[in-house]
Amino acid sequence: MTEFAVIMLGTILVNNFVLVQFLGLCPFMGVSNKLESAIGMAGATTFVMTLASICTYLVFTWVLAPLGLDYLRTISFILVIAAVVQFTKMFMEKTSPLLYRILGVFLPLITVNCAVLGVALLNINKTHSFWESTLYGFGGAVGFSIVLILFSAMRERLAVADVPVPFKGAAIGMITAGLMSLAFMGFSGLV
Amino acid sequence: MFELIAQHPIIAALVALISLAALFGAILGFAAVKFKVEGDPIVDQIDNLLPQTQCGQCGYPGCRPYAQAIAGGDAINKCPPGGQSTINALADLLAVPAPTLDEEHGVESEVKKVAFIREDECIGCTKCIQACPMDAILGAAKQMHTVIADECTGCDLCVEPCPVDCIDMIPVETGVKEWKWELPPLKPGIIATDRHPQDQHTGKAA
Repeated sequence: MTEFAVIMLGTILVNNFVLVQFLGLCPFMGVSNKLESAIGMAGATTFVMTLASICTYLVFTWVLAPLGLDYLRTISFILVIAAVVQFTKMFMEKTSPLLYRILGVFLPLITVNCAVLGVALLNINKTHSFWESTLYGFGGAVGFSIVLILFSAMRERLAVADVPVPFKGAAIGMITAGLMSLAFMGFSGLV
Repeated sequence: MFELIAQHPIIAALVALISLAALFGAILGFAAVKFKVEGDPIVDQIDNLLPQTQCGQCGYPGCRPYAQAIAGGDAINKCPPGGQSTINALADLLAVPAPTLDEEHGVESEVKKVAFIREDECIGCTKCIQACPMDAILGAAKQMHTVIADECTGCDLCVEPCPVDCIDMIPVETGVKEWKWELPPLKPGIIATDRHPQDQHTGKAA
């Protein structure tokens, strides 16, 4: 039990995918302009990342490892992730058309979110068990969501702040992300 | 068969990848049928033509609801921000004759305008904030309000509710950002294949 708690705490705070490992920066900068779309993106990414880490674990242990095809993991994981994202897209278009329209192009872009592929590959590298992989994917996604929502809330305040002209827009966003990353570095050594 | 695979690992790799791809393709194909959305593509096309000011001057809460109403048979001349050009484009899309703008819903303004609050006269009643469809007015009760010019679409819905009449609609100054090169009007029939048969003699005369 403590082992699972350590994995959760580790992925959410200590080894946060965005701010400590610098994975998935594209949606982090791209979808953080509005709080609502950030929450939608966080939900979609959490769903996809958890499902993708389960699917990639199953594909690796049942198909790739018995056949001795370890070297095919990257290409087959991309295949799995693309299929999961496409499935999520169809499902969301049916069940929540509003969220589907808010997310727009960013939903298919989860396919190339390197945090999702990163989670799958790290699971294999760390030789996690099935439940550990699931929890690692879910924890990573929760960490991603928390950081994305916090950052979008800050950017909404930045939009009305009196920022010097050269720093307006993406520049101040990058600086803020760097400061957040510094703050998250403070968690290192917690577990 | 198995010997062949055992001797050539590349075949095992190919078989594994192809069967994985086929499996996921089958799942997605099944999902595509199961979660099929009966979309209305004409609504999207109409929505693309509307100006997306979400001003509600047509009587609907936004551009998309109006697009749905048009698809359901409503009149196409209720959009003052779009003006005659939008009506013409809609008429072209729906293959109906283009009517003129319905005066009841407002008049088309010649130039792009933006709301401006005379701030020393503002009493902070928040009535204009509630009227604004774009959330372009910033302020709180008993505090001075102001308009975020970039967000304002110039729909003038905030002018009416203001009890002290301190909101003006001022034309946007043409700066480097807004200035667009005006297209010179194209002479009709400049391309030979576009000419109608009845225009032939004019083409020859020219």
